[in-house]
Amino acid sequence: MSAAPLAGPAAVTAPPAAAARAPWRLERLREGLLALAIPAVLALIWHLTTTGRPYSLIPPPAEVWTALVDLAVGGINDDAFSATLLTHLGASLSRVFGGFALAVLTALPIGLLIGRVPLMRQLLDPMFQILRPVPVTAWLPLAMILFGLGPRSAYFLVFLGAFYPILVNTIFGVRSVEPRLFEAAAMLGCRGSAQFARVVLPAALPSIFTGLRLGLGFAWVVIVVGEMTGVQTGLGAIIMEARQLSRTEIVICGMIVIGIAGFLSDRIVMLIGRRLLAWSPSHG
Amino acid sequence: MTKAWMTEIWITKAWMTKPMADATVPILDVRNVSKSFSVNGRTVEALKGANLTVNRGEFICLLGASGCGKSTLLRIVAGFETATAGEPLMWDRPIDGPAPSRGMVFQDYGLFPWLSVRDNIGFGPKSRGRPAAEIRDTVARYIDVVGLQRFADAYPHQLSGGMKQRVAIARVLANEAEVVLMDEPFGALDAMTRERLQDELLDLWSRTGLTVLFVTHAIEEAIFLADRVVVMSPSPGRIDAIHTIDLARRRDVSSPAFNDVRRMLSAQLHSHHARTAA
Repeated sequence: MSAAPLAGPAAVTAPPAAAARAPWRLERLREGLLALAIPAVLALIWHLTTTGRPYSLIPPPAEVWTALVDLAVGGINDDAFSATLLTHLGASLSRVFGGFALAVLTALPIGLLIGRVPLMRQLLDPMFQILRPVPVTAWLPLAMILFGLGPRSAYFLVFLGAFYPILVNTIFGVRSVEPRLFEAAAMLGCRGSAQFARVVLPAALPSIFTGLRLGLGFAWVVIVVGEMTGVQTGLGAIIMEARQLSRTEIVICGMIVIGIAGFLSDRIVMLIGRRLLAWSPSHG
Repeated sequence: MTKAWMTEIWITKAWMTKPMADATVPILDVRNVSKSFSVNGRTVEALKGANLTVNRGEFICLLGASGCGKSTLLRIVAGFETATAGEPLMWDRPIDGPAPSRGMVFQDYGLFPWLSVRDNIGFGPKSRGRPAAEIRDTVARYIDVVGLQRFADAYPHQLSGGMKQRVAIARVLANEAEVVLMDEPFGALDAMTRERLQDELLDLWSRTGLTVLFVTHAIEEAIFLADRVVVMSPSPGRIDAIHTIDLARRRDVSSPAFNDVRRMLSAQLHSHHARTAA
């Protein structure tokens, strides 16, 4: 919603000297407008169907905007939610990236091993295949028993959500390395476990990055469940709290912030990926 | 000029410093080597009782139709596959697995797509733990040798087929390969590029004292390149004859003498086809 006015000035401030780049900027503007077209229509429908109806259970966009401003900087409602956005965002960010980092640190080496070492595949793959379909929500009670009420359970659930996409894509990437490359490495003097770092990892990197993007996405998806573990702060926590207080506008604010934060963190991973995968004709 | 001369000296030196065995010992000795494997429960003899000795500095072409076991023989010498019977030797020692002394050039290049030309060529020396400064010099030298100075920082997908194959050749040379094994290396290239690379390869070979084992199904290519042509035939894959090519280099593919050899080899290869079909 806030991106629409931003797209305008960006195009206007294009210096006339950059005439050669004009088509490129125009293309970006067009992309931005196309991406916002349908959300704008949906917001309009939302506005038309809710504004001026006092008994609507869904608050109108204007009210949500006000709540969002209050949540961010306060000074409007002056209640328990006012000016707490940064605290909650920070708490959720630390859980999402903490859980995600934990998932990367475990899923990556395990995936490399399962993909490359037959014994590891026989030992671990069936177990993970059975555990994988179990929803993160189902783990909630066990997580609270194992890790107690509070952030440790939240980290665990986020970790769980991010773990499998990274694992599955890493295994896939390792399994689809061209056998020719192992031969090439071997005849050049790179044999055995040295091939992990010099062949397997770089060759599987495009797949691994797909896994990282999916994993980080899932980390955001499960953040609400992850913060049902009795933590006081976090975007998931305020959504659950606002729900109990029937503060639907705060719930929607939480949804919007999760969406934007998830989108931005995906862009960061994507940019890192582009840099690392500049060699790949299908990336870069 | 000076630069080329220095390159030559350096390359020669790399081979001179190798622990040279008795001059009478062949660099490669393939003794009665067979390879069979089973497909759907049926045993296929890819190679049966192959014997071949190669002296240091020779250029050998393995010539034959598909299924004659020429690639299998090459892959056994490379160490990618183990013989089911017989013994492949290098400097009188059994070949057990791939090694930098036997560099392979694949038809599909086998370059590492995530490494630049420079780093592909440096892959071998780096794997063997050479110091960084030495790797840098070696790489620069071989980029010069194959004439890819302007593409040193390009990635493989940005190169033409001919350039990729130059990188693949530079890569095994930079790794001090004594024997270069080439599996139809120019098979995927267009005719013009193929001819140019054949010339470049011969030039490199004559300057360095390299030993080359070159698989091809093209009769003309074999005669143009080889000191000796090993004629192979299928089912079971085997060596039929070994011909020494006495034509003076650089060989003229349109000369009557060249045509005589071509006719002779062609007749020999086609007689197998007739026999197989019958």
